[in-house]
Amino acid sequence: MVKDNRIHKYFLNDHYIVLDINSGAVHVVDRIVYDILDYYTSRPLEEIIHLLEDEYDSNSIIEAYGEIKELEKEGLLFSEDVDTAKIKYNQDNIVKALCLHVSHDCNLRCKYCFASQGDFKGERSLMSLQVGKRALEFLVENSGNRRNLEVDFFGGEPLMNFELVKELVYYGRELEKNTNKHFRFTITTNGVLLDDEKIDFINEHMDNVVLSLDGRKEVNDKMRKTVNDQGSYDIIISKFKDLVNKRKDKDYYIRGTFTSYNLDFSQDALHFYNEGFKKISIEPVVTSPDEDYALKEEHLDTILNEYEKFSKDYIEIKKKDKEFLFFHFMIDLKQGPCLAKRSIGCGAGSEYMAVTPQGELYPCHQFVGNEKFKLGDVFNGVNNLALREEFKRANVYNKEECSNCWAKFYCSGGCHANNYNTNNDIMEPYKVGCEMEKKRIECAISILANLS
Amino acid sequence: MKYIKTLAGSNLKNTLAKGGCGECQTSCQSACKTSCTVGNQKCENK
Repeated sequence: MVKDNRIHKYFLNDHYIVLDINSGAVHVVDRIVYDILDYYTSRPLEEIIHLLEDEYDSNSIIEAYGEIKELEKEGLLFSEDVDTAKIKYNQDNIVKALCLHVSHDCNLRCKYCFASQGDFKGERSLMSLQVGKRALEFLVENSGNRRNLEVDFFGGEPLMNFELVKELVYYGRELEKNTNKHFRFTITTNGVLLDDEKIDFINEHMDNVVLSLDGRKEVNDKMRKTVNDQGSYDIIISKFKDLVNKRKDKDYYIRGTFTSYNLDFSQDALHFYNEGFKKISIEPVVTSPDEDYALKEEHLDTILNEYEKFSKDYIEIKKKDKEFLFFHFMIDLKQGPCLAKRSIGCGAGSEYMAVTPQGELYPCHQFVGNEKFKLGDVFNGVNNLALREEFKRANVYNKEECSNCWAKFYCSGGCHANNYNTNNDIMEPYKVGCEMEKKRIECAISILANLS
Repeated sequence: MKYIKTLAGSNLKNTLAKGGCGECQTSCQSACKTSCTVGNQKCENK
C-alpha cells in the first residue's frame, strides 16, 4: 500500500469519502473503490484483483477500477499540483477590509482575552471621529476597483463607543455615493450595553453581527466575568435573544470560545440551539501554551472526538432544521472560493488590517499592541513594506508544512496569529490548530455526504 | 457511475483563469476572528 499525496480518503458518518486535493473534487465511494485506491497508483490491475480477491469478485474490481480511471482522465482524481507562478497575489496592494478598534476598553474581564481585557496592553482609549473617518477614507483610497468593502466594529467592546459607530456608518453611506463603493458593516459585541435603540440600529445597518457568549451558563461565567468578578451570562442572554428575534433573516453568529475547561464544547453549541439561536460558532481559544486553559496536544484526541460526535448530532438536527448552522461545519463545494483565494487565506497584513483608536495599522486584530507588527497608520499609509511583504508571502505554497497537506485548499494556511503565538513564526503552522481544522473539514464534508 | 458518487466535480484549476478578483468576503472577518476557514466562503464572481 502506497499513500498517494494527491488524494485524501477517510471514513466518517457511514460514508467512504475521497478528496482530490488539487482539483477540489469530492467523491463518495463504495468500499471497493476505497480499497482499490490503496494500490491504484502502485500496482497493475491484475495484482489488485489478486490482492482483493477475498473481499470482492474480479468483475466488480474491474468495473470499479474503470470508474477510477475515468475520473483520473477527467482531472478529478490524482490531479497534479497547480502552476503556482500563475497566482499573482495583490500586486497592487489593495486593501478591502478593516477591523476598527473603536474602543480599547471593555466592560467585561474575560480571562482568555487576547486584548488584555480590552486595552491591548496599552492605555484604555476610544477612537475619535477624526480617526474613524480617516480610516474609512483610507479604505476607499486603497481599495482600487474593489466595490465591496468590509468594516468590522471591534474592541475591546465597540458598544462603549456606539455614537462613533453610528457616525461612521452614516459617513460610510455618504462616501458610497461618490465612489461606487459598498460598505458591508459588521460588529462584534459582548452585548452588555445592548438596548432597544442599539439593537434596532445594528439590525438595520450591520450586514453581520457577532455575539460573544460561551454557551452554558457555568461555562460562560467561569471565563467571562464582569468588572466585579461576577458571571455575565444572565446579563447578556436575553439581550442577544431580543436582537436575534428582531433580526429576521439577516446574518448573525453567536460565538463562543472553548478552552481546556470545556472540551465537551458541543454541549455549548447545542445549548445555544436549544435557546433558539440558529447560527453558531464555537472557536478554540488562542493563547500562550503556558495558560492553564490553553488547548494542548494532550487534549487533541478528546477535541477531535468531540467534533466527530457533534457532526453526528448536527446531521440529525439538520434533517429537521435546515436553518441550523455551525460555522466550522459549513462548506461550499460548488460555489466556493477560487484557487487564488484558497491559496492566500485571510489576507491579513495586505487586504485586511486592524486600526487602533490612534489610527495605527496592524496586520489584524490579533497583532494589535505588538509594536513590531505595526504596518503604518491611516494618515500616512503603510510604511513597513517589508512586513506587508512577509504577510503576503505567508501562503500555502510558501509554508513548507502546508504545501504537502491535503487540507491546504480548505484552510488556506491557517491563522497567522495562531502560528506566531505558538511558534514565534507566522510561517510555521500551529499543529494543534491544524489537526482541529482537518477534523472539522472531514466532518463538514461527511455532513454533506449524509444530507445530499 | 455505479461505485462513485461525485459531490463536487468542478476543477479548481479552472478558476485560475478568472479567479482572484478579490470581491469575496475576508475570511476571518466574517464570524470567527480567530481561525482562518476559507472553504466555506462564497465566490462573488459566479
